[in-house]
Amino acid sequence: MSEKHIDELSGIETTGHEWDGIKELNNPLPRWWVWTFYATIVWALAYTIFYPAWPMLSSATTGVLGYSSRNDVKAELAAAVAAKGEMAAAVAAKPVDEILADEKLRTFAISAGAAAFKVNCVQCHGSGAAGSPGYPNLNDDEWLWGGKPEDILTTISHGIRFAADDATRFSEMPPFGDTLDKDQIAQVASYVVSLSGTPANPSLVEGGKAIFTENCAACHGEDAKGLRDFGAPNLTDAIWLRGSGEAAISAQIAAPKHGIMPAWAGRLGESTVKELTVYVHSLGGGE
Amino acid sequence: MNVIAKPDPDSEIERLEASAVNSAKVRQPLYAPRKKIFPKRASGSFRRFKWIVMLITLGIYYLTPWIRWDRGPFAPDQAVLIDMANRRFYFFFIEIWPQEFYIVAGLLVMAGFGLFLITSAVGRAWCGYTCPQTVWVDLFLVVERGIEGDRNARMKLDAGPWTLEKIVKRVAKHAIWIAIAIATGGAWIFYFADAPTLFVDLFTGTAAPIAYITVAVLTATTYTFGGLMREQVCTYMCPWPRIQAAMLDEHSLTVTYNDWRGEPRSRHAKKAAAAGQSVGDCVDCNACVAVCPMGIDIRDGQQLECITCALCIDACDSVMDKLGRERGLISYATLADYNTNMAIATAGNTCAITPALVRTPQGKLTDKLAHFHVRKIFRPRTLVYFGAWSLVGLLLLYALLTRDRLEVNVLHDRNPLYVTLSDGAIRNGYTVKLLNKIPEPRTIIVTLQGLRGAEMSVVGIDQPADRSFAIRVEPDKLTTLKVYVRQPADHVEDKVQRFHFVVEDKSSFETDSYNAQFEAPERHK
Repeated sequence: MSEKHIDELSGIETTGHEWDGIKELNNPLPRWWVWTFYATIVWALAYTIFYPAWPMLSSATTGVLGYSSRNDVKAELAAAVAAKGEMAAAVAAKPVDEILADEKLRTFAISAGAAAFKVNCVQCHGSGAAGSPGYPNLNDDEWLWGGKPEDILTTISHGIRFAADDATRFSEMPPFGDTLDKDQIAQVASYVVSLSGTPANPSLVEGGKAIFTENCAACHGEDAKGLRDFGAPNLTDAIWLRGSGEAAISAQIAAPKHGIMPAWAGRLGESTVKELTVYVHSLGGGE
Repeated sequence: MNVIAKPDPDSEIERLEASAVNSAKVRQPLYAPRKKIFPKRASGSFRRFKWIVMLITLGIYYLTPWIRWDRGPFAPDQAVLIDMANRRFYFFFIEIWPQEFYIVAGLLVMAGFGLFLITSAVGRAWCGYTCPQTVWVDLFLVVERGIEGDRNARMKLDAGPWTLEKIVKRVAKHAIWIAIAIATGGAWIFYFADAPTLFVDLFTGTAAPIAYITVAVLTATTYTFGGLMREQVCTYMCPWPRIQAAMLDEHSLTVTYNDWRGEPRSRHAKKAAAAGQSVGDCVDCNACVAVCPMGIDIRDGQQLECITCALCIDACDSVMDKLGRERGLISYATLADYNTNMAIATAGNTCAITPALVRTPQGKLTDKLAHFHVRKIFRPRTLVYFGAWSLVGLLLLYALLTRDRLEVNVLHDRNPLYVTLSDGAIRNGYTVKLLNKIPEPRTIIVTLQGLRGAEMSVVGIDQPADRSFAIRVEPDKLTTLKVYVRQPADHVEDKVQRFHFVVEDKSSFETDSYNAQFEAPERHK
């Protein structure tokens, strides 16, 4: 540009650009700004030499420092594993009873178990382990298969009615809709309702008791308090897996539903299962 | 800038060739380069006062972390300690937990009101005497004067070529400045850790990296602000000069050039008097400009740059003494008094300033002139500030004296809200936090109050369920308990029942309680 534009008012050269009569003055940039700008250019070039930067055909240049964010993650993971090392080793080596007895180890196992629970168990048992109809509440003191640490460990390890595991807990209530008629089922339901102190139709209860003794006591027990060997629930308490009331009980007698719980030992490993056991046992109902 | 100070032919008064870096007559452009300032040493009552304030403030800053205060075996023995790692703040007999931070917030509110009060009463006293920037610049100037000499010598040295002497002096000055800066940064970190331990760690290289980083950053800022930037910090960086205008009113004391008795100024007062001209007290000796650490001319009137350090008063008073005139040509005065006196000197703004109007025929200042009286400090504005300041202070004192040293906080489990047990009883889970705020271990009794028939059990304590538990708590620590409260089915009264967790220290009779709620399923209504 040969022609110099000078702003009349300030006497300063303009860039020659003008918008609606407003001219842009060509004041020099502050020195500190210019030098900072040059410094950032030098920095940027140096950066591309030391760190991965330029895209190539299959990957990018690796940089002379050999930095990689994946290596960082690997190192952090290794550090996290190492930080847990001693405790994790103790959990792996000791049986659940000993873990429970050692306060430090128990606290560690509860935290680890809680984390594992949130990933693997909440889908059925809920994030607070309070369950829902058909999925047991793990906070209460009613246990279908036992609430001692070793019982819980077995249940988690091998699952319930999980065909792929030979040691799985198994029981199935027969569909009494095939053998009992509607009136009989109503009678048994009334009797079962009466067992937990809930008001029931007394005319039905009497007949129901006889049918119960004949058909149900084998698994649920003469006193209807259940038998954990068969995973048969206690029918005299206030906890109902699939809903309380005569309608829900009748439905379960006629065509029982059975939940399935997968075996976790193979998937999660011994240690995690132990941690889950300690966690579940700590929820308030452990025996 | 002209360096020579030539003796005045008229008098023994030294006339200094000093000009303000920025004056009312010649306003500098905003981006003008800095003009160097070489403040001359002043002496007088204000200078003496400033030395004392400097000694006290520096003493407090450097020595406080080394004061010991016995708090028993479970707490540190440093009188003032901000223990970030353990989230405790110790101040002599007071210990503050993070949840008591309102006390610090209250102190900051008090500091704010105090600043307003002081400023509205005596102007920018904070800036002139106690602001760390002022104190450290003063300290740095002492070093500069000690090595390079007073104003004229420094100006000569600065303008002169780089001789060996200049290099030696400059290196020595900056070395001492950096040493002071390191000591300043170093003292700061002692407030955050046990001072004697940290002192040893610092020199053995075993202190935390953050300690070295803090010292380095504070060394850099102290050296830059106190040695290199000086008055620019006050003029360009500090917001207070902008805010203070709102604090001042016509009854606030500020450093004032009393031009009603100084003008018209004359360098040749005797000649002028001989020629029958009427001249004021100002002999234009520039002493006030030469001593000013901000490099301004107070005779331009009150201005943003003036930190009211009052050194110009000292300088002017000594000149007035030599001339045998009354002190106070530059003085602490209020705008109201100044206006009254100005009206006298100009006969109600009908003429130019006439020295004869403020003096008796005998040459004394007339007694019609207004003078500051202490009673003027007590006016609605200052009383409101003082009232607000005292109110916050009393509230803080009340809070401090009545605060709990034992506290209980309770979190109700939210998932699940309640658990139905096999016998129909309802169980709720709680996280109970016991705060033992004294540095001694003690036994706290946790009791359920209300909630008919309910009993609790504490995880980790192998005791049968009960309404009350004795818990051993660590000194100065928070203890977290997992508590299950169980209420039999036939006692459940409502979907939501309220009750209290009561905690009590049987030996000191301190108690606290938490109003908690107990949830039950709908059907129990």
